[in-house]
Amino acid sequence: MIEISKVSKAYGDTIVVRDVSLTLPRQGVTSIIGPNGAGKSTLLSMISRLLPMTAGTVTVDGLDVTQTPSDILARRLSILRQDNRVSSRLTVRDLVEFGRYPYSRGRLTAEDRAHAARAIGYLDLEPLADRFLDELSGGQRQRAYVAMVLCQETEYVLFDEPLNNLDMKHAVGMMKLLRRAADDLGRTIVLVLHDINFASCYSDYLVAMRDGAVVHHGTPAQIMTGPVIRAVYDMDVEIQDIRGYRISNYYL
Amino acid sequence: MSDPLLHVEPWVGTRPAQSPRANVRSLLLALAAVMILALISLLIGASDLSLTALFSPQEGERAVQILVVSRIPRTVALILAGMAMAVAGLIMQMLTQNRFVEPSTAGTVESASLGLLIVTLFAPDFPVIGKMLVAAAFALTGTALFLRILRLVPLRSVLTVPLVGIMLGGIISAITTFFAYRFDLMQSLNAWTTGDFSGVLRGRYELLWVTFVLTVMAYAAADRLTLAGMGRDFAINLGLHYRSIVSFGLIIVSMVTATVVVTVGMMPFLGLIVPNVVSMMIGDNMRRALPWVAVMGAGLVLACDVVGRVVYYPYEIPIGTIMGIVGSALFLVLLLKGRERLA
Repeated sequence: MIEISKVSKAYGDTIVVRDVSLTLPRQGVTSIIGPNGAGKSTLLSMISRLLPMTAGTVTVDGLDVTQTPSDILARRLSILRQDNRVSSRLTVRDLVEFGRYPYSRGRLTAEDRAHAARAIGYLDLEPLADRFLDELSGGQRQRAYVAMVLCQETEYVLFDEPLNNLDMKHAVGMMKLLRRAADDLGRTIVLVLHDINFASCYSDYLVAMRDGAVVHHGTPAQIMTGPVIRAVYDMDVEIQDIRGYRISNYYL
Repeated sequence: MSDPLLHVEPWVGTRPAQSPRANVRSLLLALAAVMILALISLLIGASDLSLTALFSPQEGERAVQILVVSRIPRTVALILAGMAMAVAGLIMQMLTQNRFVEPSTAGTVESASLGLLIVTLFAPDFPVIGKMLVAAAFALTGTALFLRILRLVPLRSVLTVPLVGIMLGGIISAITTFFAYRFDLMQSLNAWTTGDFSGVLRGRYELLWVTFVLTVMAYAAADRLTLAGMGRDFAINLGLHYRSIVSFGLIIVSMVTATVVVTVGMMPFLGLIVPNVVSMMIGDNMRRALPWVAVMGAGLVLACDVVGRVVYYPYEIPIGTIMGIVGSALFLVLLLKGRERLA
């Protein structure tokens, strides 16, 4: 369980995240939605200790993220940011094996290698395992990063806009994959998403943010309603039930 | 398979990375080539020295003398400086995540020279190791300043990073030149900034073994440095203390640069060319790449030195000059060839 208590982030006088208190459930997929500048990514960065918070605490299974040694946290929680412009030339296998670093500290055991091989297989990257990252397409590279964080074997896996730069085919594939990781591997997946329809169809729980605060949270059925979306995005949208999923038509 | 994510697109690009065993085999071959270069380096020079002379009763003693006092120290110095400067370049590229950064494009060399000038002015009788440490402290400060400026410059493109470093280096070296000029130390300054091994004799190069220790230390930390090269967020996610590994890398780079500047003088482009070539060949996983960078760094320096000693025989062209010519040509090729990858 991730417990966020009275967390704020300010840069000078600008408050980016304002007094957020929230409990993210264990297991399943949770998506954080909201307009640009709502503080979604900032919140995710604070949960994953990439960014210090101005006030408040975040605990992951009772461990305070700012107090717990980073290497211990790295076995419980992993994060993948959106702009992974890694300039190093690493092979896919190198990258995925680095996911074992919190356990191996660079000395890979046979077990670590087996974990990495499994993650590579899980994302069907075997034919690409010995290629360099800069020789892959954007979608393939994204898959390699996902393999790395899955190989980290953490209970909680956080993704900041994992669909960025993916075309619709790869975006759907990525969401299916994350759903599968939650269902088959029992991981707790927390996402920041821009597309509310992806969030609605693939999540168990939605958190809606606006102006640095959490304005609503609940199941997709509770959040995907005209009044809630209006309160979050300032937009009137038509919401339809398609095969049991709540889909909004915001294009027109 | 129906899952679109599982669809594998056709590959473009070069051949896959080598298997570990093939990698070790080619590394041993490269090592053998460097040994041959080292042997050539031992046998050429202003005074005659041949293998037969070494074992002949009349000339033997003199030949052994030349070998022990001058040739072996020189060859060892070349190998040590070449290895360490190339590795220092690789570390800088990891820490800045930029392929165009090395100690001479980050203000490191210029800061080390400034430190050396100051210690020469105020404490000319300082032992050489003390001078080196002062120069290293200056190099560390200058490089840290460079990293600090980088954090403040927004939206930096790949090429602005080394440009910032070159500008910073220009400012620092302007200060150095001013004081060197005022205090009549231009000649010393020139010796520090242009690599030259002709003055290497027994007793005057041994400090360079420090760089060997530093290179081994960098190898021991290869995994952490590779992770730092993937960026702060990646490193922290994997439980690494990012700032301490960056500090560690900076200390290694500063000490190596200071040691090389104090003993034999700077060699431009070395730290840029070698890591880039190795990156194209076998990638950036430092556990694999660092031995290659060290071997090829030593090889390139040995080769340039041999050329410098042969083209204008019996006179010598300083290695810094040869390296400048060879290095800038190779660098242009890299720039043009790797443009799309680096962009």
